Amino acid sequence: MALLEVRNLTVEFATTSGTFRAVDGFDLSLDPGDVTAIVGESGSGKSVAFLAVMGLLPWTATITSDVMMFDGTDLNGLSPARRRQIIGKDMSMIFQEPMTSLNPCFTVGFQIKEALRIHLGMNRSERHARAIELFEQVGIPAPETRLRSFPHQMSGGMNQRVMIAMAIACKPKLLIADEPTTALDVTIQAQILELLTSLQEETGMALVLITHDMGVVAETAEQVSVQYAGQKVEQQDVRALFSTPHHPYTAALLAALPERAVSKHLPTIPGVVPGQFDRPDGCLFSPRCQFATDLCRTQPAPVATPELGYSRCHYPINLPVEEVV
Amino acid sequence: MLNFLLSRLLTFIPTFIGVTLISFSFIRVLPGDPIIVMAGERGMSEERYAALREQFGFDRPLISQYWDYMTGVLQGDLGNSFVTKKPVFDEFFTLFPATLELSICAMLFALLLGLPAGVIAAIHRGKFFDRTLMSTALIGYSMPIFWWALMLIIVFSGMLGWTPVSGRMSLMFYFDDVTGFMLIDSLLSGQKGAFASAVQHLILPTIVLGTIPLAVIARQTRSAMLEVLSEDYIRTAKAKGLPPSRVTYIHALRNALIPVVTVIGLLVGTLLAGAILTESIFSWPGIGKWMVDSIFRRDYPVVQGGLLLIAVMVMIVNLTVDVLYGFINPKIRKS
Ligand SMILES: Nc1ncnc2c1ncn2[C@@H]1O[C@H](COP(=O)(O)OP(=O)(O)OP(=O)(O)O)[C@@H](O)[C@H]1O
Ligand SMILES: [Mg+2]
Repeated sequence: MALLEVRNLTVEFATTSGTFRAVDGFDLSLDPGDVTAIVGESGSGKSVAFLAVMGLLPWTATITSDVMMFDGTDLNGLSPARRRQIIGKDMSMIFQEPMTSLNPCFTVGFQIKEALRIHLGMNRSERHARAIELFEQVGIPAPETRLRSFPHQMSGGMNQRVMIAMAIACKPKLLIADEPTTALDVTIQAQILELLTSLQEETGMALVLITHDMGVVAETAEQVSVQYAGQKVEQQDVRALFSTPHHPYTAALLAALPERAVSKHLPTIPGVVPGQFDRPDGCLFSPRCQFATDLCRTQPAPVATPELGYSRCHYPINLPVEEVV
Repeated sequence: MLNFLLSRLLTFIPTFIGVTLISFSFIRVLPGDPIIVMAGERGMSEERYAALREQFGFDRPLISQYWDYMTGVLQGDLGNSFVTKKPVFDEFFTLFPATLELSICAMLFALLLGLPAGVIAAIHRGKFFDRTLMSTALIGYSMPIFWWALMLIIVFSGMLGWTPVSGRMSLMFYFDDVTGFMLIDSLLSGQKGAFASAVQHLILPTIVLGTIPLAVIARQTRSAMLEVLSEDYIRTAKAKGLPPSRVTYIHALRNALIPVVTVIGLLVGTLLAGAILTESIFSWPGIGKWMVDSIFRRDYPVVQGGLLLIAVMVMIVNLTVDVLYGFINPKIRKS
């Protein structure tokens, strides 16, 4: 049975200028121990989709879905109290900005021990021992003294390690890492990614890695799902996706990778992700797509077969040889 | 910490000199001659008037009067009251506990109602409670103290007869000052009903004096909470699966308190200014009423000394708030 099964998840925000659909028919199926990357540009609804799964969206958000199951529990219509027993324990999440994601008024020790008390009911000395163990596990030197530090006394990389320690404190079955390295500098980025993958191997938890960095995807994930303007446009296993992308957007993302550049100038995708007011009628990517036809501009694109990476495109590219004929 | 205290104490010096200058000139700018006021309806002879002027030093240039005054102040001598002949210093500290007791009660009243009201309004922003509270706070903030006090007196003392109109203690009881705080002294005296009487006398003045701070604290808490509640670390706290009460009252309120404490420090001045009016209305025997009475009597040493001591008290409170601020804001504590 899948650990996390989401089908047709839609999130709409009530804004002063009307409703805005940030996630539009998002699907995901994860087995225990899976490592999946979610890629997409800024504003494509990656964070919002997983905040919806966690139940952390503000009241302005309307969440609908056909299926939202986690570990045998139906998340749709789950009472807030029941959901609080799941999040932070079996399913946890770390965020983009380590410096602002920790409470500046409390020591990191307080913040990590809190989850241990709430979910596992440990006593004071058990909590302390476990906190030290966790700090060692995520590679924080001198854990005993670090526990008494405030977030502002530590670097971004250290704070992100604290966030990770907090997230894995109750041995979750699923860890959602929302751009965990975006705010960090390059050498630290590599360390944090390495830490996440090694923790995943050690504990066998499932890992969702949200990112807009294809390089990160190549190094860490097994499955990749590409998001565009709130929709999943393609999903494949890493190798297949890198060798034979079926959606023009994926192909364009890959072409923008520095390692793959063929000319002196890095190719870019012209334009930006459509916002609230400029959503096109047909395929959402059509205004930026070099292959777009009139059909693309008027008809929403269908979802292709699993062999074609569920590609949401009228004209999937890199078709298997026999179909071209 | 020590460095911080010393540097703050240094900044007190110009403030202190400024206050002496202002209080010294302020009372002399008012029309009216203290000697004539002292003489009252009877009046006095020319010779007697001249003799008194010389005795008080009013015949000398202002500059040398100020010099004399400052020499006294620096030796801890604020002079004696023209009226009672007692040292200003002693009078101040006899009356100060009454003002302090009233101010503390007013501040507690404002905090105990204002903090939770602000928090609840922030959580239910835009809903009925929030709107009602914010408009009530605006009314409370802009209402003249005098009028508000009279309304309360008319309703609770006049119509309902629940509370006394003036003073700190019913005449039925008599006991000596120990601490100067009526709530404590009445308990120490062991007399039945004395404590209840002290509380009854305190209720209306506390409400009157506490209304503006209550309105300010409620509004400030609400806006600080609104800001804090949208911070990333609140999302982290929720992601941990903490119950909403813990997220609000531990994670959010702790951060929201930082700006609120600053406001509380600023409110101390407002509180003392309000105490002057409140004490006059309720015949509360504190320094506020004492100052007002002395201004009417043109009792120069009392007005000068009283203002100076009040200013020093405000400075001490502000310093305390700054130190407290360091304790609740870890980012400041370190540096
Ligand atoms: N609380 C909210 N109210 C209204 N709109 C929101 C809210 N949160 C997010 N959005 C909008 O939803 C869209 C998707 O946002 P989201 O944060 O999921 O993007 P993302 O893919 O995570 O991008 P990034 O890479 O920048 O993190 C954005 O256009 C954003 O403006
Ligand atoms: Mg995001």
